[in-house]
Amino acid sequence: MHQEFTKSILIVEDSATTRALIRAVIDEMGDFNIIEAASGFEALKLLPTQEFNLVITDVNMPDINGLELINFIKNNSRYSHIPLIIVSTEKSEEDQKRGMALGAMAYITKPFKAYELQEVIKQAITV
Amino acid sequence: MKASKKEFIAETEDLLFECQQLILEIQDTYLTSVNPDTINALFRSIHTLKGLSGLFAHQGLTEFSHALESLLDDIRLGKINVTEDVVAFLFSNIDILRSAVDAIKEDKEKTLTEQINSIKTFREFQKESESSLDIKGLIDDSILNVLSEYEEHRLKANIKNGTGIYLLRAIFELSTFDTSLEELTKKIKSQGELISTLPTSSDVPDGSIGFNLMFATSKPLNELIGQLGENLEVLVQARQIEPQPLKKQERSIKSVTTTVRVDIDKLDRILNTIGELTLAKDAVKRIAAEMSEAHRFSSFVRDVHKISQTLERKLTELQDEVLEIRMVPVGQIFSRLAQVIRRYSREIGKEINLDLYGEDTELDKSLAEEIVDPLMHLVRNSLDHGIESEENRKRKGKKEHGTIILRAFQRGNHVVIEVEDDGRGVDIEKVRKKAIEKKLIDPETEMEDREIVNIIFTPGFSTKDVVSEISGRGVGMDVVKEKLATMAGFIEVFTKKDKGTTFTLTLPITLAIIKALLVKVGTEKFAIPLTTISETIAIEHKDIQTIEWKDVYYSRGEMLPIMSVGKIFDISTVQSDSSFAVIVGFGKRKLGLLVDEIIGQHEIVIKSLGEYFKRLSGFAGAAEIGKHEVLLVLDVESMIEKSLMRQEGMSYV
Repeated sequence: MHQEFTKSILIVEDSATTRALIRAVIDEMGDFNIIEAASGFEALKLLPTQEFNLVITDVNMPDINGLELINFIKNNSRYSHIPLIIVSTEKSEEDQKRGMALGAMAYITKPFKAYELQEVIKQAITV
Repeated sequence: MKASKKEFIAETEDLLFECQQLILEIQDTYLTSVNPDTINALFRSIHTLKGLSGLFAHQGLTEFSHALESLLDDIRLGKINVTEDVVAFLFSNIDILRSAVDAIKEDKEKTLTEQINSIKTFREFQKESESSLDIKGLIDDSILNVLSEYEEHRLKANIKNGTGIYLLRAIFELSTFDTSLEELTKKIKSQGELISTLPTSSDVPDGSIGFNLMFATSKPLNELIGQLGENLEVLVQARQIEPQPLKKQERSIKSVTTTVRVDIDKLDRILNTIGELTLAKDAVKRIAAEMSEAHRFSSFVRDVHKISQTLERKLTELQDEVLEIRMVPVGQIFSRLAQVIRRYSREIGKEINLDLYGEDTELDKSLAEEIVDPLMHLVRNSLDHGIESEENRKRKGKKEHGTIILRAFQRGNHVVIEVEDDGRGVDIEKVRKKAIEKKLIDPETEMEDREIVNIIFTPGFSTKDVVSEISGRGVGMDVVKEKLATMAGFIEVFTKKDKGTTFTLTLPITLAIIKALLVKVGTEKFAIPLTTISETIAIEHKDIQTIEWKDVYYSRGEMLPIMSVGKIFDISTVQSDSSFAVIVGFGKRKLGLLVDEIIGQHEIVIKSLGEYFKRLSGFAGAAEIGKHEVLLVLDVESMIEKSLMRQEGMSYV
């Protein structure tokens, strides 16, 4: 079992299709343990279940929004080290900025190119 | 790519349906006050649609939904007021979206430049400037920084209106926080508007999670504390409410629609009143009858008779009309189920054909709502356990994709809803083994297949490998059955190995008022729904025989199982040589219920017994007859079931 060497990525996104696309983009990069959360609440429940190396989150979601999730992660000593990437549409440009101010390391605007996201992920997990 | 296109189309269609519903809601409410959540939900749907079309590189659609999203953003941020024009414009744009999606379906993508420009023009025309409000200093930065632009707008809008802003702290167990939080959120929403839900882990024990809920309400603090508890902090005081002049509306606000939406509770209240009127009518009738005994031919007595008849007729009419208002086509719940089925089958990767029949069949609104969850349960059951995987189906020589049929039709005073699949069917042997394992049946007893299948409805049976236990829901078939009993309905299952399973749900068309037979056992009175009764007979106790611990009575060459209501509920009955048997059920599923006395027919409204008494078996609910007298309504179906199950020592209450 080389499970512990595989890096875990949490995708928080309410659209199943977008989740699948992000997963596909990451799959191209190699062997990752990808966990999906369809809402902020699900993400909150998943966080303590394992060690994540990266969280990719949308901003606009039904229960808690991405900013609230980022704030939670960054203010909890158990999770604050996890790098965060925001993936959202440019309508939430203002919110992307707010997310960065709260400690996200990057944001990607939908629709994104696969290599853009891959580039940011690469940076995030080698930090 | 083809499959993903299909997914794209399916998801966009779901979204457009949602949008349509939301705009309808906005149309219904914009004259008074639109719920900001509705507009936000609409914004989010279009936003998701845009994201989707972007990902699938449908440029025209992306640009168009982008323009529409910007318009909705202006609306939700209060830059544009919702007017009749805005609603009409939104509707027309959903139509444009739909035809654009249809075009993609047929691989004919359209450019939408013209339509995009018209949205832009519309926005410019409608926009009003919103005077900005500085809220820095009013509310702590640690909260302000986390708010999204929209939440900030809602906060500002509320402060501007003079609504009070509060912060409620709550700590929940991590494993179950979503349900607890949902309850709390509901409570808050009944008090005002929830602006933001901030999860936090500071000052929170391990295994728990904290939330800071910011909400706006004009209710006074002491009232809120009563509702929500002590952990409240006032962020901004509510301003003293001054009467505000109504918003100026330039154009006529006359609506062209002639329909009104009515809360079902209001109709319930009307029905209750009718119920009480019926009691009064019965009294008048009785008085009329007594009078005609005393003064047979006087014209005055005839008048009273006439009046009492008119009263009766008009009351029946009134009742029928109200009941008709409550009727909705089953199609309403079918379309909701269809959406979930499509989404869920995609999630679990089983493609299925869904056929709907009898969508026009009408059913009481409250029953329709109550039946949705049981149906959902059955449908998911079929998807999870009934329909086999594609490879499996191919191996069996079946069509690659399974079929689920939802069918509704009327049968007499009942509506029958069927959920049929062409899956693997219930494994009788497995059910039998499991039932023996769980000590629900005796391994020695010979049982017909039909009887064995029915074990799946027994509380305590629920096995992952056979039926029930929906992913993470932990709802068993027994719950479905119980639910139907509370509606005075019943469920049957027909299954054939490798051919499929059909669940047949039979419900009364309306729950509101049913006719019932009132009976007396000892000093207790009970009601038995008339629809379940085939006849009543008087029997001598000496004619009741005991065969294999079961009481039976030979009636016209047939053996009728007998149960004494007094024995079931441990009530001492009147000592006598004979009693009445109310024969319930039909065909082979018949049972004679022994009672001391038959009081007569009565119209009753069945009320649920509520959470506390839910576990009590044998009762379908309670009903009020006349002032302050409450009766229990017998759950005939479960009694028949028990008698068929050949169990000794029934355990009721």
